Amino acid sequence: MANLKDLKNRISSVKSTRKITKAMQMVAAAKLRRAQDAAESARPYAERFNAVMGSLAASVGDSDSAPRLLRGTGSDQKQLLVVMTAERGLCGGFNTNIVKLARTHAKKLKAEGKDVKVLTVGRKGRDQLKRDMGDALIGHVDLSEVKRLSYPDAQNIAKDLLARFDAEEFDVATIFYSKFQNVVSQVPTAQQVIPADYDTEGGDEQGSGPLYDYEPSEEEILADLLPRGVATQIFAALLENAASEQGARMSAMDNATRNAGEMIDDLTIEYNRTRQAVITNELIEIISGAEAL
Amino acid sequence: MAETMQFDLVSPERRLMQEEVVSVQIPGADGDMTAMPNHAPLITTLRPGVLVVETQKGTQEFVVTGGFAELGEGLSVLAERALPKADVDQETYETLVEEAEAEYRKAKEVFVNEPGPVDDAAKLLADMVAVGTHIGLSTRQPNL
Repeated sequence: MANLKDLKNRISSVKSTRKITKAMQMVAAAKLRRAQDAAESARPYAERFNAVMGSLAASVGDSDSAPRLLRGTGSDQKQLLVVMTAERGLCGGFNTNIVKLARTHAKKLKAEGKDVKVLTVGRKGRDQLKRDMGDALIGHVDLSEVKRLSYPDAQNIAKDLLARFDAEEFDVATIFYSKFQNVVSQVPTAQQVIPADYDTEGGDEQGSGPLYDYEPSEEEILADLLPRGVATQIFAALLENAASEQGARMSAMDNATRNAGEMIDDLTIEYNRTRQAVITNELIEIISGAEAL
Repeated sequence: MAETMQFDLVSPERRLMQEEVVSVQIPGADGDMTAMPNHAPLITTLRPGVLVVETQKGTQEFVVTGGFAELGEGLSVLAERALPKADVDQETYETLVEEAEAEYRKAKEVFVNEPGPVDDAAKLLADMVAVGTHIGLSTRQPNL
């Protein structure tokens, strides 16, 4: 039988753990609200942008004059996976889920005989992928110093990607991140960013819509906007990811707090039982001692 | 009463303005233009400059660093970075010029013997410097 003192120590240690997880949950809840607001306010830009790009891409079409960013290099041999994860752990399966999706994707591509390279954003993804895909890692973007995600952060990642694309390091780039649905569900998502994959269908449907004049020419605008499109998509993904991370952490910490509570209850019952047993034992000893006299 | 049109000014981080406006002066890449209701549909890219929005209540000005504008039913300006003019002080302005300057230097290094991108960066820098005169700050001449 565990002795009373050990039990008491365990109870108090679980209690302080509970305090910490509770605090982390509340911090995550506050951060989640901010992250959600940020994702929300970035949406109008992304929506307008995609609408314009859709109609532009539809009008330029697959012609040979279309920029490489839209048309692709004509091959899909070299694949780049951009894996976006959190800088911190303790957020349930958040990081693992993204990494798992990226890993399955990489396996599939490798089975098809493609070259796979990985660029990681966020420390946790790098740590997990280093183990089995260390030789495929070609770069890492560190966002641990960033307090509040801003568009220039996304631009820097986009610039890095575009430079690598121009150097023909890859043909197709796919980003992996977690889409925020609600606090309890975050969906790991893969999205192709290079070559750009815009919804040109929408443009066709609005065939009766306005025929735009372009200033300067259509091609020049497209050439100007495509790199921006990459940054916009990355920015949106980063924001979604940030909201998902906080959501995942919040529910993970909520679970941890609840588990700690249950553990404390169990331990308290055991403690009380042991205490009773000790008292009973002492009484028996006293009574039998008195009887023996 | 003048006709109005729907106007949106959004940057990647937030929506800055959404209102019915009378006219908007846009710093287009090929030259300034003023958008008024019933303008022909148009898409243009922006150069760094000042966006003058005229509403029925008065005029508002924003400093934009680039992006594009779409004129259709209404006008949407998608600016890379947009700041209300009042928020741009000497310091902010100088940072912007410095950024453009850094871009230019980099372009000069990366694209040797390729005038295209270097010229573009130079124009961006010149536009950025010119913004200073437009908003009444002492201009900061880049030392190249």
